[in-house]
Amino acid sequence: MAEFFRMGGYAAYVWSCYGLTLAVLAGNVWLARRELAAQVQRATRRNQASVATGSAVNAS
Amino acid sequence: MWLWFYKLASPPYAYAMAARLRPWLLWSALILMAVAAYGGLVLAPPDYQQKDAFRIMYVHVPSAILSLSVYIILAVAAGIGIIWRIKLAHAVAAACAPIGASFTVLALATGSIWGKPMWGTWWEWDPRLTSELIQLFLYLGYMALRSSFDDTQRADRASAILAIVGVVNVPVVKYSVVWWNSLHQGPSISKMAAPSIASPMLWPLLIMLLAFMLYFAAVLCDRIRAEILKRERNASWLNALAAGT
Amino acid sequence: MTEPGLMRIVGLIVARELRLAVRHWDQVVQPLIFFVVVTTLFPLAISPSLNELRNIAPGVVWVAAMLASLLALESLFRPDVEDGTIEQWALSGQPLSLLLLAKTVTHWLLAGLPLVIMAPIVGTALGMPMSVWPVLAGSLALGTGCLSILGGIGAALTVAVRRGSVLLALLVLPLEMPVLIFGARAVDLAMHGEAVAGPLNLLAAMLLLCLALGPFAMSAAMRISLE
Repeated sequence: MAEFFRMGGYAAYVWSCYGLTLAVLAGNVWLARRELAAQVQRATRRNQASVATGSAVNAS
Repeated sequence: MWLWFYKLASPPYAYAMAARLRPWLLWSALILMAVAAYGGLVLAPPDYQQKDAFRIMYVHVPSAILSLSVYIILAVAAGIGIIWRIKLAHAVAAACAPIGASFTVLALATGSIWGKPMWGTWWEWDPRLTSELIQLFLYLGYMALRSSFDDTQRADRASAILAIVGVVNVPVVKYSVVWWNSLHQGPSISKMAAPSIASPMLWPLLIMLLAFMLYFAAVLCDRIRAEILKRERNASWLNALAAGT
Repeated sequence: MTEPGLMRIVGLIVARELRLAVRHWDQVVQPLIFFVVVTTLFPLAISPSLNELRNIAPGVVWVAAMLASLLALESLFRPDVEDGTIEQWALSGQPLSLLLLAKTVTHWLLAGLPLVIMAPIVGTALGMPMSVWPVLAGSLALGTGCLSILGGIGAALTVAVRRGSVLLALLVLPLEMPVLIFGARAVDLAMHGEAVAGPLNLLAAMLLLCLALGPFAMSAAMRISLE
C-alpha cells in the first residue's frame, strides 16, 4: 500500500497531477452550477417583477 | 430526423433535455473515471523507461485532446449560429469556452509537472506544449472579446467570427510549431514515443478519455442552460418555468 | 453617367487614404519610430556585443515589426467608423470586403512597407551581414502583408469596443504567431547561409490564404460592429 503511494519515487509529480485534475474537474462543475443558479434566480426575479406590475407575460 | 433537429434547437426543449441528461452524463463519467483511475494507477504495470511517472498520461492526454476538440466544437457551433442564426448554437459556443479553457490549463499544468522528472525542467518548448499554450491564448482571446460586449447577441456574432478565424488558424499553428521545433533541435524526446502501448496501459487511457468526454457533456449541460436563460429574456416558457420552481 | 467600376473605387480609396496620410504624416511615422526604439532596447537589455546580438537579431527585428504593425492597427478603421464613412460603404451596394481590403492594402503601404525598408538598417545595427538584406526585406514584405490582414480582422471586430487596443493585441497576436515563426526562421536560415525557399514559400502561401479569406472575415466582422 505504501509502495502504491510512493509511485516509485514519483509520488510528488503523479499525485499533484491527479490532485490538480480533481480540483479542476470539481471546480468546473461547481462554477457551472453556480452560474446556472444565478441565472435561474435572475429569471425568477424578472418573472415576479412582471407579475407584480401586471405587465404582459410574454413581452418578446 | 429533421423534425427532431428543429425540436432540439428550440430553447425550451433543449433546456429540459439538458436538465434531464446531466445526471446520467455526470454519474457515468464519474464511474468511468474511477474505473480508469484504478486501471491506470494500480493495474497498469510501470513503464520500463518512465517508471511510474507515465501514469500522469492518464490525466494529461485526455485533457489535451479535449482542449482541442472542445475548441473545434465551439467553432462549429459558432459557425452554425452565424450562418443559420440559431440562438442555441451560440449558447453552445459560449458554454464551451470556459470548460475548454480549463482543460487547456490542466493539460499545460500536468504537462509541465510531467516534464520535470522526464526532461529535468518544468518547461520545455516542445511542440505539443507550445501549441497548447497558443490554444490557451485563443480561448482567452475568445472570452475576452465576449466579455467586452454588453449585448449578448453582438457578443455572440463577433466572437463567432473570431472562433472561425481561430479554427482555420489552428492547423497552421500546429504545423508551424512542429516545423519550428524540428529545426531548432533534433526530434524531441516525445512523451508519447510508444508506437505500441501495451494494452494494460492503453485501456485505462481510452476509458479515461471517454469519461472526460462524458464529463464535458455534463458540465456543458449546466452551462448551456445558464446561457439559454441569459438569452431568453421574456419568453413565456421561462415564466412558466420560474413560476413552477 | 455610368457607375464607376470596382477597380476605380478601390483606386479612389487607396488614393484618399494616401492623401490623408500625407496630411497626417506624423501619425504614419510614429509606428516606424516605435520600431526603431524597440530594437534599441535589446542591445541595452542584453549586451552591446554584436556577436551576441547577431544570434537574436532576426527574432528582435521580427517581434518589433509585429508590435509596430499592431500599433498602427488601432487607427485603421476607427476614424472612418466614427465619422460614418464605413457605414456609407456598407450601404453603398459595393462589396464591403473589397473596400475594406483596399483600406488594409493602404495600411500595409503606410505601416508595412516602411518597416520593410527600415528593417535592413536596423538589422545591420544588430550585426546582420548585408547578404541577408534581401531575405529580411522579402520575408517582412510577405509577412507584414499577413499581419495587416489578420490585424484588419481584429480591428474590425474591436472597432466598436471602447478601449479596445489591449483586446486587439490579445486577439491578434496568437493568430500571427505562425507568421513570426516562418519570418524569423527565414532570416535566421539566411544568416547561416542555408536555403530559405521553404519558409518564404510558406509565408507566401499564408499571404495568399489571408488574401483569399481575410476580406470576408473582415466585412462580416465590420457589419457586426456597425450594428
